[in-house]
Amino acid sequence: MISRKAMLIDITLCVGCNACQDACKEKNHLAGGKENALSATAYTALEEHDGVFVRRMCQHCEEPTCASVCPVGAFTKTALGPVLYDESKCIGCRYCMQACPFQVPRYEWSSTKPRVQKCRLCADRLAEGRPTACAEACPTGATKFGDRDELVREAVSRINAEPDKYVHKIYGQEEIGGTSILYITSVPFEKLGFKTQLDKAPLPNLTWNALEKIPGIVSVGSVFLAGIWWITSRRDEVARAEGRGSKTERNGRSL
Amino acid sequence: MRKLFSKITFWKAVAALILAAGAYSFYVRCTRGLGGSTHLSDQFPWGLWIGFDVLCGVGLAAGGFALCATVHIFNVKRFEPILRPTILTAFLGYLLVIVGLLIDLGRTFQIWHAIIMWNPHSVMFEVAWCVMLYTTVLSLEFAPVVLERLKLVRTLKILKKLSIPIVILGVLLSTLHQSSLGSLYLIVPYKLYALWYSPYLPLFFFISALAVGCAMVIFESFLSSRAFRKSLEMGILSQVGRIAVVVLAVYLTMRFMDIYNRHILSLLFVPRTETLMYWAEMIVGVIAPLILLSFPAARRSRTGLFLGSVMIILGFVMDRLNITITGMEASAGTHYAPSWMEVSITMAIVTAGFIAFGLAAKYLPLFEHEPVVQPATLPKQLPEAWIEDLTLVSEQYQA
Repeated sequence: MISRKAMLIDITLCVGCNACQDACKEKNHLAGGKENALSATAYTALEEHDGVFVRRMCQHCEEPTCASVCPVGAFTKTALGPVLYDESKCIGCRYCMQACPFQVPRYEWSSTKPRVQKCRLCADRLAEGRPTACAEACPTGATKFGDRDELVREAVSRINAEPDKYVHKIYGQEEIGGTSILYITSVPFEKLGFKTQLDKAPLPNLTWNALEKIPGIVSVGSVFLAGIWWITSRRDEVARAEGRGSKTERNGRSL
Repeated sequence: MRKLFSKITFWKAVAALILAAGAYSFYVRCTRGLGGSTHLSDQFPWGLWIGFDVLCGVGLAAGGFALCATVHIFNVKRFEPILRPTILTAFLGYLLVIVGLLIDLGRTFQIWHAIIMWNPHSVMFEVAWCVMLYTTVLSLEFAPVVLERLKLVRTLKILKKLSIPIVILGVLLSTLHQSSLGSLYLIVPYKLYALWYSPYLPLFFFISALAVGCAMVIFESFLSSRAFRKSLEMGILSQVGRIAVVVLAVYLTMRFMDIYNRHILSLLFVPRTETLMYWAEMIVGVIAPLILLSFPAARRSRTGLFLGSVMIILGFVMDRLNITITGMEASAGTHYAPSWMEVSITMAIVTAGFIAFGLAAKYLPLFEHEPVVQPATLPKQLPEAWIEDLTLVSEQYQA
């Protein structure tokens, strides 16, 4: 069994040096220059909240909303963990951007053949057994790469070692079914722009609840409508045969 | 006479201006991408084209399937005289949707992928298939009008045989499509403002589409009667107004029960833009027309009916735009107002729809049914696909 890879981001250790973004841009051949927010040319970015740096990027959900909403299946959750986008399938409806609860996917708005852009968790490096470029570049260990299970254990032990310092929560462990990026912090998550209202339930269930009713609606609906038609037209036939006016028509009049 | 002439050229000039502006915006959209032509952004990826062209276009077409079911399935032939223009409106509504989508999609050149790359877990997949299939069905439902004009009796006969399965398919596809546009928003519980987000969104979309379907039938009959100087089927339209009252009452009750059951009654009185827009939508689109059309006198008067239908349509458009824009702004952390190019493209598509309707009314047997071939040469049961029953009924009345 392949173990899921993940990254643990310890916000208390981040000094805001931007080495993660630099490494990411180099690895993915993205246009240079420091960016303070996610963009089509910044798969990761450091957001500053009162002197605290929060690294933002695709969370690589265990049950990705983007993959569930894409009409042509351009997103896939790979066995190792990365959620990958395939531009050769994409039709550009941007439902992924609309649906992502973390507001991550970015778009090449000025292009006439725009692509969705987001972190790929260095899927090619993972396949070779190497860590992500950003984790390798991080000088303070704020971003740590590893197996997801191990990183969860590590996060728990860090919190337990300094219970007064850390908030007692691993963000990403359970949010909407869990993500491949885990955060721990000493400043409450809600003050750092995290979406703390997210429930444990994965979002794809919400639309599936509606979609799974379609076969029932179609089969029951068609039989029902055909039945009604049969009854009403039969009534007309009988009425005609008996030589009086259409019954439905007369009923309809008094409606 | 002179006044009339100047009036016509004035509107023609306006239409030409709108089309020209739309054409320019379309050129910019094609050469400089969505970024160069719209106010869409990473924070606000869906705007006017999805909110109006797609969501409202589909909704305003709802009269088609509702009336088709009423006439052909429930056999209430009395509504038949307004069936053809309603189907045409639905067809044009769907063309608005398709053109809107083609322009809105970032990678339109790959749109055919929706046919071969399936993801049944995606609501957008359902939407795509509903658009494709229902547009086909609508063209088949409207085809007899064109075939009659071209006097293609054989094809008409084949279509006539298929008419009931086509109608049933159309009703099912419409039901799915109207509700699926609501389902699109089921995935954003943390983004769409709570007054609009509800697990019952698909149902609300369906019911409000029925209400606006009634309103569109009335509205468009009024416009046609003015433009083409035909008499108004007031008896029929009053009945449609009555159905609208029932649908609106059901809709209002469900919307309120939903707010109540989700324990967010207090949100109705929070001083926020969302609250204001919610009340505006509910008062203009639901409560006011419900009260107005409840009075038989209002349903019998031209002004009352027309006013009621306009309010329902306005409220419907407000609801869809509230869901796509107002309700999403807070979570997006940004404001969105469409660029003039977005507006001009939408206006151009709508204008093209009006022109198409006008041309159809002029050149096709849209309002009155002309027999294809002289009855003497052809047994009466043969060709006139959609009107045979009507002639039968009228004969019975005469007898």
